[in-house]
Amino acid sequence: MGKTIAEKILSMKSNQDAKAGEIVIADLDFVMGQDGTSPLAIRVFKEMKGKRVFDPDRVAMVIDHSAPSPVEGVSALHKQMREFAQDQKIHFYDIGDGVCHQLLPEMGHVVPGHLVIGADSHTCTYGAINVFSTGVGSTDLAAGMISGKLWFKVPESIRLVLNGKLATGVYAKDLIIFLAGEITADGATYKAIEFVGEVIDTLSVDARFTICNMAVELGAKCGLMEADQKTESWVKQHSPLNFQPVFADHDADYAVIREYDLSNLEPQIALPHTVDNVSPISKVVGTNIDQGVIGTCTNGRLEDLRIAAEILKGKKIAANTRLIVAPASRAIFIAAVREGLIEALVEAGAAVVTPGCGPCVGTHNGVPADGENVISTANRNFKGRMGNNKASIFLASPATVAASMLRGSITDPREITG
Amino acid sequence: MEFKGKAHKFGDDINTDYIISGRYKFKTLDMRELARHLMEDLDPDFYAKINKGDFIVAGKNFGCGSSREQAPLAIINADISAVIAKSFAGIFYRNAINTGLPLVECDTDLIEPGDQLEVSLSEGLLHIRSRDLQIPLTPLPAVMLKILADGGLVEHFKKYGTFNFD
Ligand code: SF4
Repeated sequence: MGKTIAEKILSMKSNQDAKAGEIVIADLDFVMGQDGTSPLAIRVFKEMKGKRVFDPDRVAMVIDHSAPSPVEGVSALHKQMREFAQDQKIHFYDIGDGVCHQLLPEMGHVVPGHLVIGADSHTCTYGAINVFSTGVGSTDLAAGMISGKLWFKVPESIRLVLNGKLATGVYAKDLIIFLAGEITADGATYKAIEFVGEVIDTLSVDARFTICNMAVELGAKCGLMEADQKTESWVKQHSPLNFQPVFADHDADYAVIREYDLSNLEPQIALPHTVDNVSPISKVVGTNIDQGVIGTCTNGRLEDLRIAAEILKGKKIAANTRLIVAPASRAIFIAAVREGLIEALVEAGAAVVTPGCGPCVGTHNGVPADGENVISTANRNFKGRMGNNKASIFLASPATVAASMLRGSITDPREITG
Repeated sequence: MEFKGKAHKFGDDINTDYIISGRYKFKTLDMRELARHLMEDLDPDFYAKINKGDFIVAGKNFGCGSSREQAPLAIINADISAVIAKSFAGIFYRNAINTGLPLVECDTDLIEPGDQLEVSLSEGLLHIRSRDLQIPLTPLPAVMLKILADGGLVEHFKKYGTFNFD
């Protein structure tokens, strides 16, 4: 019997012939923490009697969740991170550098075939470039920083075969929201998801990140794609590291194989307060919107800003709405400035905030008021997620958010661009 | 490992933002303080109702959402002895065991709020005392039992300096 991508990467990294269900101790290629999880990891590192990290070149810390710091308590935690990073000589990204999940691939730290842990649940993002990457907590992060290893239960895999061609106005985000509705929030718990098929082949690497980013919203340990020509050239542009892509065997064993034809998919919305509470846009068009958010590790990339700017250029967002834009990284911010995208968005009425998580996680940068509706390109709409449990969050593509800003209510982007 | 206490019952998909609300999650590393806000958005008085050793009982997918370890640590610091649920989200599962919070996976439909429970991880059984019912548990992987027995991953690393499951 052949192997899935997950089984192959974990076999290679543990030097044993690993199959789903087995427990392995595997070597890590890269280890990451952000400012919500690193301070605790630093404390645990010391409690574990850690002295030096296993390899400073394979460890990064990123200040992105509350950047710049909104309150004194956070400032003190940021300071601990800066001191630890300096002392340990690890990679360090400070305020304004961007969201961790954009930075790791963009700065060339992770490449196909790697095994990566990050103390953040959306670490699964890099599966889009054939990396087995998964979110862990601060204690695993500390153990990983000390030993360069972690134990894994080799996951079973679900194979999602995505056929057809996405219609104009329908994007990777609509696809993954649709799949969240199909698989549900815990449908892939303890499992890996392999995304394959024509739809994936035609998508850009940026768009593929959007899909793997949300694998955890289906409960998955990681989302994985095979590397093709596009992946290889993207990775070579960003990283000097050598790499060996990993492919699934034809006779690999899957827990489930599901096929979808997505040619007729319409834009999708995840309704409050769970990601798998999904509706096609036609059923919720017209819902009042108070605030829009374009950005986050799901949809803050250059392609996303281009899509939004194209819709908003030369127009104004509706009265009584507000739009917050957070580019996912400094490099994206600069590119967007050079292309005139930021000008178009700001002229249309957007407030641009520091590259990073922006208002996604509710620590600052746009906490909604009681009873307000937010439409966001983020990946999570739990009650209280954006800092107020009496607000409601709708998740959508950058095109849908931009279009909705023009009317102040949920709007099908095909009516605007069409 | 054996535990005794009262059941506090919650529903399906209890995410980490419910366990410890967004208002407090990144502000402090003082877990006793965070514990006072445990489940506050679902039940504002929850902390006051806990007696040492009680259980949180829930449906499927407990702990979904973020990777923040403040979630299991707040539960431990509120003196909850274990969480009993139909299933747990993957990252929470690891975090709980690593920080020394026992997790019990079983069918929780028969458990009612206020039930007195006895859990034996070694026997793999949950006993509802009030109605004399026994529910079998899904066994934890050996690696996790070892980490729990060591008192969490910090203690494991203190003892061995790295992973050691031999
Ligand atoms: S952008 Fe949002 S989802 Fe992504 S890492 Fe930041 S807080 Fe998490």
